[in-house]
Amino acid sequence: MSAALAPVVPLKTQTRDPVEAAPPPSAGSSADKKGPITMSTQPFLKVEGLKRQFPQPGSPDPAPVFEDVHFGIERGQFVCVLGHSGCGKTTILNILAGLDEASAGHVIMDGREVRGPSLDRGVVFQGHALMPWLSALKNVEFAVRSRHPDWSAKQVREHAVKYLELVHLGHALDKKPAELSGGMKQRVGIARAFSIEPKMLLLDEPFGALDALTRGSIQDELIGIVEATQQTVFMITHDVDEAILLADRIVLMTNGPRAKIAEIVVNPLARPRVRETLHQQPAFYTLRNHLVDFLVKRSREFQPGPGWDAKNPPLVHPGQSSQPA
Amino acid sequence: MTRKPWLAPLLSALFFALFVGAWYLATTASSGGAGAAPAMDPEYAALMGAQAQAGGQSAMPGPGEVAAKIWEHVSDPFYDRGTNDKGLGIQIAYSIARVLAGYLLAALVAIPLGFVIGMSPLVYKALDPFIQILKPISPLAWMPLALYTIKDSGISAIFVIFICSLWPMLVNTAFGVASVRREWLNVARTLEVSPLRKAFLVILPAAAPTILTGMRISIGIAWLVIVAAEMLVGGTGIGYFVWNEWNNLSITNIITAILLIGLVGMLLDHLLAWVARAISWRE
Ligand SMILES: Nc1ncnc2c1ncn2[C@@H]1O[C@H](COP(=O)(O)OP(=O)(O)O)[C@@H](O)[C@H]1O
Ligand SMILES: [Mg+2]
Repeated sequence: MSAALAPVVPLKTQTRDPVEAAPPPSAGSSADKKGPITMSTQPFLKVEGLKRQFPQPGSPDPAPVFEDVHFGIERGQFVCVLGHSGCGKTTILNILAGLDEASAGHVIMDGREVRGPSLDRGVVFQGHALMPWLSALKNVEFAVRSRHPDWSAKQVREHAVKYLELVHLGHALDKKPAELSGGMKQRVGIARAFSIEPKMLLLDEPFGALDALTRGSIQDELIGIVEATQQTVFMITHDVDEAILLADRIVLMTNGPRAKIAEIVVNPLARPRVRETLHQQPAFYTLRNHLVDFLVKRSREFQPGPGWDAKNPPLVHPGQSSQPA
Repeated sequence: MTRKPWLAPLLSALFFALFVGAWYLATTASSGGAGAAPAMDPEYAALMGAQAQAGGQSAMPGPGEVAAKIWEHVSDPFYDRGTNDKGLGIQIAYSIARVLAGYLLAALVAIPLGFVIGMSPLVYKALDPFIQILKPISPLAWMPLALYTIKDSGISAIFVIFICSLWPMLVNTAFGVASVRREWLNVARTLEVSPLRKAFLVILPAAAPTILTGMRISIGIAWLVIVAAEMLVGGTGIGYFVWNEWNNLSITNIITAILLIGLVGMLLDHLLAWVARAISWRE
């Protein structure tokens, strides 16, 4: 365990075993998870040895964008990936979605290997990816109809309306995407992804292009829906505060090429987290400083230390170790 | 500009009045004057022979005569007094029917084929050399071949329309389908949408504006070509009418027909523009 104190991991690492349960973030929602997690050998989503190379003219073996990527996501967990632009976050998400193929490694979800896209995984795309010739309602209905081909038109409509109302768009059902603001478009994208009630949700920087105020209110809506549905979420972001607000686990990626998972940070702040009071909790700034420090410095300089194992990225608890004496 | 919406129509009326005035002056001026020269094509004067030399008036009809002729045609568009004397309404109806037949057949072939070409880079590469060679061929060059193989002049004219409307629709459909945004296709993939549903509910609406642009170009070309095709095959149609009136040396009829050709062409274009607006989308 001495490796935990090596300069690459400045904060004390509590455990190296992602399978071992961390203290439950909130007594209510996760208490039931504690038992099964310690006993089960397979997390809900398991990523093993993932690597992606893009062919480059004139180079038979180009440097992979990332390699040796291993991590797991438990059922009901909200995991954020934090890393600089270009490190391969979108590529990883596309592989999880089944839209792209890994050069090596594999993804196993719920006991089955991911091969191609599936209704089991809902995707919110970086650009909203709404179809501009369809109204907000029709965009969501398109997804609902795909999920439930046997439903009547009325059932499909009611289901779609329900999810649009969840993101407070009940008043804009018949508006075309061109008539919606950026935030509203992203909300439709979220409603569309949730409406198929997937086993897992993948979000690619869904709020990247939004102003702070809009982002805040959609984040709150997202928290609400995730709490209500106990959805398992994998989300990409480059916003530290967003990761702290939303994630139970924060996966830190080093810069590419050959990006790796440096560590996985456990969010000590209890769920449900409330934006207004979050920064008053003592653990908040320790966590935030840890993440910012990673982004500005360690993501660039990261070198695997002697105790670092790509197959088991260290699980870090910044809030609990407090100031190392 | 927005505060004076009547300005443009007023200017149009003014231009029209100027044009008609100039036309009137040019055709009523004495043939001795050099100013009437544009109306006095020497060949035409030779054909008109005695009349042109005897009369002080130009052989070119003035606006009044053409207006009277137009009125005559408008008041009785559908008369039929044998092969060489049918109403303008009947002639234009023949032309429109041929254009629509050839055009719709072309759409029936070009849009599905364009879909396949646009979806498959392999088929695109395989067919590209043929399209490149066939596209620049003047549709009228096909006429003898069509007459020889089909042996029916009416169907040959339709074939010529078919072949000239085909290429813009084919090329535009293929381009529109090939450039459907990757993200919409990815949405369809993550929703496990069936290929047929994807084709009709994602690719078709996404490519529709591009396809419609091709259809609009096609109808314009078809309408240009039908006049020439009917001049060649004869029998019926507005093109044949123009040619026949040239043989009859009835310039008033020719001018009337020219105006009508322009008018119908405009209506066809507006029709397609209206459809294009209806299916277009804004991001
Ligand atoms: N289709 C592709 N072909 C070649 N290179 C690609 C392709 N997609 C992504 N890349 C490269 O992979 C790297 C990671 O891309 P991406 O996953 O989009 O990063 P992120 O989402 O973290 O910003 C980038 O350097 C990018 O240039
Ligand atoms: Mg990205």
